[in-house]
Amino acid sequence: MSVRHVPEQGLPTLSVDSDTVRRIAHLARIRLEDERIEPMREELNTILAFVEQLDEVDTNGVEPMTSVVATKMRLRTDAVTDGNIADDVVANAPASEDGFFMVPRVVE
Amino acid sequence: MTDLTTLTLAQARDGLRDKNFTALELTNAYLGAIEAANDKLNAYIVETPDQARAMAAASDDKLAKGEGGALEGVPLGIKDLFATKGVHTQAASGILHDFKPRYESTVTQNLWDDGAVMLGKLNMDEFAMGSSNETSAYGPVINPWRSTSSNADLVPGGSSGGSASAVAAWLCAGATATDTGGSIRQPAAFTGTVGVKPTYGRCSRWGVVAFASSLDQAGPITRDVRDAAIMLKSMASMDTKDTTSVDLPVPDYEQALGDSVAGKTIGIPKEYRMDGMPAEIEELWQTGIAWMRDAGAEIRDISLPHTKYALPAYYIVAPAEASSNLARYDGVRYGKREPGEDIQALYENTRASGFGQEVQRRIMIGTYVLSAGYYDAYYKQAQRVRTLIKQDFEKIYADGVDAILTPTTPSAAFGVNEMATASPIEMYLNDIFTVTVNMAGLPGMSVPAGLSKDGLPLGLQLIGRPFEEETLFTIGSVIEKQAGHFAPTKWW
Repeated sequence: MSVRHVPEQGLPTLSVDSDTVRRIAHLARIRLEDERIEPMREELNTILAFVEQLDEVDTNGVEPMTSVVATKMRLRTDAVTDGNIADDVVANAPASEDGFFMVPRVVE
Repeated sequence: MTDLTTLTLAQARDGLRDKNFTALELTNAYLGAIEAANDKLNAYIVETPDQARAMAAASDDKLAKGEGGALEGVPLGIKDLFATKGVHTQAASGILHDFKPRYESTVTQNLWDDGAVMLGKLNMDEFAMGSSNETSAYGPVINPWRSTSSNADLVPGGSSGGSASAVAAWLCAGATATDTGGSIRQPAAFTGTVGVKPTYGRCSRWGVVAFASSLDQAGPITRDVRDAAIMLKSMASMDTKDTTSVDLPVPDYEQALGDSVAGKTIGIPKEYRMDGMPAEIEELWQTGIAWMRDAGAEIRDISLPHTKYALPAYYIVAPAEASSNLARYDGVRYGKREPGEDIQALYENTRASGFGQEVQRRIMIGTYVLSAGYYDAYYKQAQRVRTLIKQDFEKIYADGVDAILTPTTPSAAFGVNEMATASPIEMYLNDIFTVTVNMAGLPGMSVPAGLSKDGLPLGLQLIGRPFEEETLFTIGSVIEKQAGHFAPTKWW
């Protein structure tokens, strides 16, 4: 990684390297073939350079937005309102059996 | 008899009630128009003629008895982002291959409850990520408009490009669309149609494939302002299945049309005057300001100082939310699956093969800005800037401004493939005037207001106070009255 640490204040100013691209692709669960690493690195750096201008905004004492429209969370009675639709849930699965999703063996 | 497809939604509704024609005749006219045009425009991904005729026949039964809802027998196109029970719903993505939901989105259910007829599912940018409708797994949509100086294919804008193209080319009476950063208003501006992005929370997001949940909002694209008012009334509702849906009565927006703007204060933000903006966009804006003044509105110069930070903040917040929302496409529960030697490889192969390039890029950015050590620097800072953007608007509205007038886009429609070698940022700049509205959760409308020097439509954008869409319809109808209507010359 070319970015060794994130400064306490502000955005990291260094760009991502190919190892970082590989790590992010793994976290995102997207297989990136070797020939796509460099183009992706350049695209990500273009976007990160663009968003870096946010660093110049003084946000001291500003609350991060959590809700764009002030609303109170609605509560409903704690009761079962849905369910017993296993057939519907698995209807679009690429592989299913007896109401279960089928995947490659995970536990030996 | 006149070509039924050229009627506005309001004219079609009234003609059906007056029994001048039947819903089946109207539906067949649209199905014929789609059949003739879709090879060239690619606006529809899937047509549903059998379902359309069955719905139309049911509407005719009701209309014969003098019954029926607000949209009884009116044929609509539905953006592929809305879940439609038993019908192709893929967000124009390969990863949702063959997905047919077992449920109906709240917005489309509201439309069917009011008697509307579904013609089919409309093309769009994949997962609503794009500004030209070129990221669709089903190929680009073509704009029915052409430049006076060339026959080259133009984009209809995006992400709701299929919706805008279909409405402009008379392939539906109106269309559903969604807007996360400008995806209703920019295509409306590029096609000479009206597009409304309601206040966040006005339309339920339930059953709408999620892109960026704090920004996504459904709205209509139509051929005039009245049609948008009619459609939004049916689309909007309080929905217990979406906790962000607001519990406010839905007004009769049509009643707001024709009201006077005398005494209203219209803000003109200086930050929307960008360097390098074409002169014709500035002229269009000045014309709109003059119309407002002539109609008796007070024009006030205002400042929204954090405007320039809206787009960079958006390109942190939206990809971050998208990377989380799109984690569900794993090749296990629905859609496409690419095999792998273990579950990890299955996930990675499926997502590499199922997602297009733009979607992969945004998932990567979102994953990066949310990853350990970067969250505060990127995501938290972007959300703080978002608070400042919203406060800019709140201050202006508290000072008595009723609505804000700006251009919708920095240019007219561009050519298909014209941006192929451009950097992602150049494409993102299409949304420079629209994205602030999503960041602040406000209602916005694009109204056709003139033509470029090449004869292409240009739009003006109105930004309103939260849940005061009625003001936008009032002002929008004044602009429409002054500007007139714009329709493409049929070549398809």
